[in-house]
Amino acid sequence: MTDIVATNETILVVGGGISGMTAALEAAETGKNVVLVEKNPALGGRTSQLYRYFPKLCHPTCGLEINQRRLKNNPRIRVLTLAEVTGLEGGIGNYTASIKIKPRYVNENCTGCGDCERAVETEVPDPFNYNLGVHKAAYLPNAMAYPQRFVLDPAIIGTADADRAKAACKYGAIDLDMKEETIQVKAGAVIWATGWQPYDAAKIQPYGYGRFKNVITSVEFERLADIHGPTGGKILRPSDGKEAKNIAFIQCAGSRDENHLRHCSRICCMASLKQTHYVREKYPEDGKSTIYYIDIRAIDRFEDFYQKVQADASVSFIKSKVAKVTEDEHGNPVCHGVDTEGYKRYTTPHDLVVLAVGMEPSVKGINIPGHIVADSSGFIEADPSNGAVFGAGCATNALDVNRAVQSATAAALRAIQVVNKVAKAEA
Amino acid sequence: MSANTALAEKYRNNFLKEIEEQVEMGDWVKMCMQCGVCSGSCPTNFQSAWEHPPQELFMMIRAGKREEVLTSSSMWNCTSCYNCIVRCPRKLPITHIMHGIAEYAHRIGLAPKMQATRFFSGLFWKNCTHTGRVNELKLSMGLYFKDGFASGIKEGMKMKDVAIGLVLAKRLNPFELFGGHKCKDQKGIQAMLKKAYEIERSRKAAKMAG
Repeated sequence: MTDIVATNETILVVGGGISGMTAALEAAETGKNVVLVEKNPALGGRTSQLYRYFPKLCHPTCGLEINQRRLKNNPRIRVLTLAEVTGLEGGIGNYTASIKIKPRYVNENCTGCGDCERAVETEVPDPFNYNLGVHKAAYLPNAMAYPQRFVLDPAIIGTADADRAKAACKYGAIDLDMKEETIQVKAGAVIWATGWQPYDAAKIQPYGYGRFKNVITSVEFERLADIHGPTGGKILRPSDGKEAKNIAFIQCAGSRDENHLRHCSRICCMASLKQTHYVREKYPEDGKSTIYYIDIRAIDRFEDFYQKVQADASVSFIKSKVAKVTEDEHGNPVCHGVDTEGYKRYTTPHDLVVLAVGMEPSVKGINIPGHIVADSSGFIEADPSNGAVFGAGCATNALDVNRAVQSATAAALRAIQVVNKVAKAEA
Repeated sequence: MSANTALAEKYRNNFLKEIEEQVEMGDWVKMCMQCGVCSGSCPTNFQSAWEHPPQELFMMIRAGKREEVLTSSSMWNCTSCYNCIVRCPRKLPITHIMHGIAEYAHRIGLAPKMQATRFFSGLFWKNCTHTGRVNELKLSMGLYFKDGFASGIKEGMKMKDVAIGLVLAKRLNPFELFGGHKCKDQKGIQAMLKKAYEIERSRKAAKMAG
């Protein structure tokens, strides 16, 4: 049984991505007690799945490492992984959350040595790499996972593989008897930082995602460029492993479209501009990027980033929303459309098409426990009827990392105000 | 003063407003964001057939190019496949707007007279309202002789094998040339159409008056 000391002065943070971590840290560093709930086996969320951030093109591992260090040093934060909030009752200053915790089958004795991984034979799809590759059924979620503890995939429980993993562990860290449990946690305020998910590109029928192997999404492209990704950091196309040097980026794949996502996802233009850097980095001689766009929205002060990419001879811009993608006999995806500058039709083959997919809130369509006001896209609104449940980061809007952190800090401040009032009333 | 000059005078320098008020579905034009997915999705190879693809027409309307838009043959080339409507990210009813602009240009007498779609539409209407039934033989012959007797014969000879095939398969009756089949209550059809014309005339007159 997981025992947690939580009171009406505790702040519950739901979601352990960059926003949830930030909100938890900011609140804890002012002296509040925080319970941080993450449904994956490790913190970091989608930020940890990026190869580089814009605009400085540094690696997200850097920013995350700082946060992990702050977390380790702060005894006021209790982190629950593989945990999901399934119910939320009560009101301002007096919430009770039901939290379902899935078994990890690995306890805190784990040193991260990797003996279990070597012993296990079964391989399962690797969600950290958007299932582009596989990993062993005893695995570390990613290279800088926090907590740095292995996980056993439930698929091998009850098989010989699980016994092999247990036998290989020198530290008695593998506990095959762990069961799913649901616990109740009290909280004075709740920060909802459940983040975003990429829009399901298969729904954009004319672009052929799911039908053509060489049409991928921008989040998958991040993993292709990453050294920890399925290709070891080489940009190879999925159909035949050929080096993808001529890459098309299709903007607004799902966003700004009444048939898909109504909102502008805000980050995708910058993400594609950033990804043209990956192409040049991997293929400095003959890499070629083509960006098909309606209009480039390099949010506020990133205009200079856009101008630098514009000046790059290896990048061309075509002002056009691609009408459809087909595949030629060599497996090359072919973009069809009309260039709205001059109204000329084009039919252009590429090695790889990257769809700059939009952001949608990850809890869209799932019942958020309690009554929460959301906009027409499912993003949480700031509304008095939400009580002391505050949205943070991409659960509230399509944001980049920078803005998500600002939003999370703001949410932390609101939650702190609530628990301060509770403390005063109880004193 | 012709209908055209009267309307041009009324909406001077505001062609978009004229389209919004006079054209069916015309109030959607301002919603276009010029992404080009409509023309990219058009199955007609508009490069040769269309002077201006839909999103260019929308931009021309906003730019006030009244004469160029209304005398254009572009919107008459729409085949009503609805690809553009399905894909438009702003859900503009593009097919309907194309027909709306075409109808308006026709109504005020600016549509290109001998444009094949416009010509055929008139021919079809006259043909089917005359007897209450479509006389396919007269309809196709009317289209063949659109540009005069000599070219009609030439066009007809090109298609003669198809025509003979159709006759042999009993799909085309040469005797339709003399009168042809009719519906039972021809008078009733005429009365119904007369009434419909009346309603439409008064509706359009009210619209033109603003």
